[in-house]
Amino acid sequence: MHRRTFTLGLLAASLLGSLWALPAKAERLASIKQAGIIKIAIPADFPPFGSTGPDMKPQGYDIDTAELIGRELKVKVELVPVSSANRIAYLTTGKADLLISSLGKNPEREKVINFSVAYAPFFNGVFGTKDLTLDKPEGLAGKTVGVTRGSIEDLELSKVIPASANLKRFEDNNATIAAYLAGQVQVVATGNVVAATINAQSKRPRRLEQKFLIKNSPCYVGVNKDDPQLLEQVNQIINKAKKDGELNRISLKWLKTPLASALL
Amino acid sequence: MSYQFDFLAVAREAPELAAGLARTVELTAVACIAGLLIGIVGAVCRAWQLRPFNTLFAVYVEMFRNTPFLVQLFFLFFGLPTLGIDIAPDSAAMLAMVINLGAYAVEIIRSGIEATPKGQIEAAQALALKRWQIFLHVVLRPALLRVWPAMTSQVVIVMLGSAVCAQISTEELSYAASLIQSRNFRAFETYFVTAGLYLALALLLRQTLLRGGGRLLKRGRP
Repeated sequence: MHRRTFTLGLLAASLLGSLWALPAKAERLASIKQAGIIKIAIPADFPPFGSTGPDMKPQGYDIDTAELIGRELKVKVELVPVSSANRIAYLTTGKADLLISSLGKNPEREKVINFSVAYAPFFNGVFGTKDLTLDKPEGLAGKTVGVTRGSIEDLELSKVIPASANLKRFEDNNATIAAYLAGQVQVVATGNVVAATINAQSKRPRRLEQKFLIKNSPCYVGVNKDDPQLLEQVNQIINKAKKDGELNRISLKWLKTPLASALL
Repeated sequence: MSYQFDFLAVAREAPELAAGLARTVELTAVACIAGLLIGIVGAVCRAWQLRPFNTLFAVYVEMFRNTPFLVQLFFLFFGLPTLGIDIAPDSAAMLAMVINLGAYAVEIIRSGIEATPKGQIEAAQALALKRWQIFLHVVLRPALLRVWPAMTSQVVIVMLGSAVCAQISTEELSYAASLIQSRNFRAFETYFVTAGLYLALALLLRQTLLRGGGRLLKRGRP
């Protein structure tokens, strides 16, 4: 019995070990053009950047940006829905060629992947009910705070939050917002435009009122470190879209404001 | 292959993993004990058809054995507050595991009780044993001994299933893994180590329960 258990354990371990042998990678831009298809990771639960439309298809700022890049590269776009916590893994393991998932930049992430030029503005903050007075991170002491695991809000808030606050990290944005609407957390940290969109959509009595902003953290396209050619192409496309007003059109459609001049 | 493996990036997060592991063990221990108690009470009600409890337990068993654990968890955590019933995240996870294991335990233990040969009970009656003595020594203990391997498997399944509790921010092992890989972006290394920890925990749990439980149930018998 004992020996058999051990043998089985050994077998399982060696099976896991066999995953070491990963296939070698070709130059990605060439293979994308050749296949005529580009896989782009997008958020599925982060309106207005990415959510599911009435026709059950993904829609939003990030999806329109993905389509724009596909159009310019003259290839078909295959959208890959991802969550905040696993999106970088999707890119680094080659399950997606590009990451357009309202991704903010920080030094830790820059060690792992490359970032394009910024394509969208993003301000994140802390949101709660109207009757709550709260204007700085210190005010979170003793409160239950909901945040999406691995998001830029999570990383920034983790640095400044008082030790007595109870930071609850959820797997995806849907769960974070649902926990707030159900009253399981007192406040949430998310993007300001995200909160505005939820307020417009939700009929629940609990609104998301902005308490304070954490960080100005524009969104960038994530590209693998070993794809410099692809990065170059993406930067050219975004810069061109900024000049010819294409990106401004996407901003007006989803954020209801012209593209901020700081991004141009 | 251009990828450089870096298991040190995961080793640095050992305290986080240890805390998650401890939480998983704690959840499993509580679920195991409370689930076993529910199982015994429910099985007796079902096997001896004590009305109205046998019907209540039948409904409970069918409800929780035929719905996904994740849905049960979300219902407790996101659903009940709408009705004004507040359940803290940690209690919601624990409650879901207890209720889930309890439902399976009822059926497992019931099968053990129903397999008791009639002759054994008649023999005990002929020996003038009291009713509670018959229940404890002639029915329950041999029944538990019979189904103990099945019960052990179910506890291991529930332990592994506790991974989904990370979805409602319970800080157990999978939560720790997801948090670590969302910060160091070492998905392969992090989940490789985490899978290893689950494997070790499952093997250890199975051996402990089989040996410990068997010894406890056989104690004082020839």
